[in-house]
Amino acid sequence: MSLSPTGALRQSGSLFAMGLDVLRTVPKRPFQVREFIQQAWFVASVTILPTALVSIPFGAVIALQIGSLTRQLGAQSFSGAASVLAVLREASPIVTALLIAGAGGTAICADLGARKIREEIDAMQVLGIDPIHRLVVPRVLATMLVAVLLNGLVSVVGVAGGYFFNVVLQNGTPGAYLASFTTLAQLSDLWAAELKALVFGAIAAIVASYKGLTAKGGPKGVGDAVNQSVVITFMLLFVTNFVMTAVYFQIVPQRG
Amino acid sequence: MGVEICVEGLTKSFGRQVIWQDVSLTLPAGEVSVMLGPSGTGKSVFLKTLVGLLRPERGSIRIAGQDITTLREHELYEVRKLFGVLFQDGALFGSMNLYDNIAFPLREHTRKPEGEIRRIVLEKMDMVGLIGAEDKLPGEISGGMRKRAGLARALVLDPEIILFDEPDSGLDPVRVAYLNQLIVDLNAQIDATFLIVTHDIASARQVPDNIGLLFRRELVMFGPREQLLTSEEPVVRQFLGGRMQGPIGMAEEKDAAQVEQELAQLGEAADAAVPDVLELTPRLLPTEGIERPPRWVEIADREALRRLRASVRGRAGDA
Repeated sequence: MSLSPTGALRQSGSLFAMGLDVLRTVPKRPFQVREFIQQAWFVASVTILPTALVSIPFGAVIALQIGSLTRQLGAQSFSGAASVLAVLREASPIVTALLIAGAGGTAICADLGARKIREEIDAMQVLGIDPIHRLVVPRVLATMLVAVLLNGLVSVVGVAGGYFFNVVLQNGTPGAYLASFTTLAQLSDLWAAELKALVFGAIAAIVASYKGLTAKGGPKGVGDAVNQSVVITFMLLFVTNFVMTAVYFQIVPQRG
Repeated sequence: MGVEICVEGLTKSFGRQVIWQDVSLTLPAGEVSVMLGPSGTGKSVFLKTLVGLLRPERGSIRIAGQDITTLREHELYEVRKLFGVLFQDGALFGSMNLYDNIAFPLREHTRKPEGEIRRIVLEKMDMVGLIGAEDKLPGEISGGMRKRAGLARALVLDPEIILFDEPDSGLDPVRVAYLNQLIVDLNAQIDATFLIVTHDIASARQVPDNIGLLFRRELVMFGPREQLLTSEEPVVRQFLGGRMQGPIGMAEEKDAAQVEQELAQLGEAADAAVPDVLELTPRLLPTEGIERPPRWVEIADREALRRLRASVRGRAGDA
């Protein structure tokens, strides 16, 4: 890596340029249906199980925290409301982001990086095929789709985990938990979370593809690219999450 | 008929490091040219610049009336359809078997029915001698087979220009000989413009019409095979002779004084050996049975004449 002061700027510039390229190439026909389905299936298969396994304890931790807090305040009837709100608004997009970047993004980056150093990408360009159109766009769209679906999965599993811990382990009442379900959360929270997941999926896939396609220096270069893609994606995702949350609170009126 | 490539004043650098500068040459249509050079002189970079994978800092590359250094990305994809490129390790798609690899360009670029694709793919696989290996994955076959498969893939779209990136690297001498024969046969059959980038002197001596030599960030010489093989230029003689004495050193280049000294030492002794080194290696001709286009008929006639002359001279020497 070059240590020149313009290096970082140039990197972000070309990352952004590739993002624009992807956007411009999305409507280009013929759409790579096969690649899209294969990639969606692939990303889903590497993320579903870890996501489910991560979201159970995530929901549980939130339930535990809120459970003891509400008991101290004597507001047990609100524990359901608070835990749903936390899972739906924050936990599920974040868990989705971590898993999409950590499991899906790394797999995409390693795959494209290996192809790059084996000169497969060059060969493809020479054969007159745009790798952005053929490889990157299907991956980005597939990751976005899977991210949205995963977000739904995390919400369900997380809320179920919270319910289990609250009701079974902390002796909460099922009725109170379910009845307070919608006192704080609203439908627009779900839409906002899904929108976040969609954006996170796009960012994770674009960064992973960018890093993969610019890998150089043999097998070690691929390792470095994967490493950097995870770090960059995480940083971008958390910043994006903050911005989207802030905007959401500004434009959607809150309950309660 | 192949397409002429006209390169003028081409300069390429990575950061502050100049790879080569002011390279001007013309690859004549339909002819076989070889680009020689010590390792690390940017031969592969030159090749990638010709197909527009890398952008040069200065200069122009005219192919079929277009300067590809000024083309936009989507226009480049059109021009690239004229090219077939054989990459160093074949650059096959690791997830597809050989058949799908070779069919890939046809499936992407044409709307041919699967039956016709099958016919074309099998024809090209037959050309490179890979019949029976259709279902193998690139990871399961030898380097030589990967190269031949890469060549078959480069051929399916009937390119006007074929570029070979070190076709002989990592192959044993027998396979190199077969590959050279294949290249010559292909040239006689499809009449495209060939550029071979290599540092294998033996191939460079017998395969091409033209030879170029890249050294010290410059194109030292480019011209017909005979001109290079009989050249007095020290770099050319050292490289084609494959000896240590001369301007090319192990690391990069030697200082002038040392070169002078070495060449002086070599002096008379080397000159005695020179006729041997400089003698024109006979050209590799297309296999008997392949129909030769006029260009190759002419080359074959010239070769026959030269052989006749050499044998006459040999007999005169004996007497």
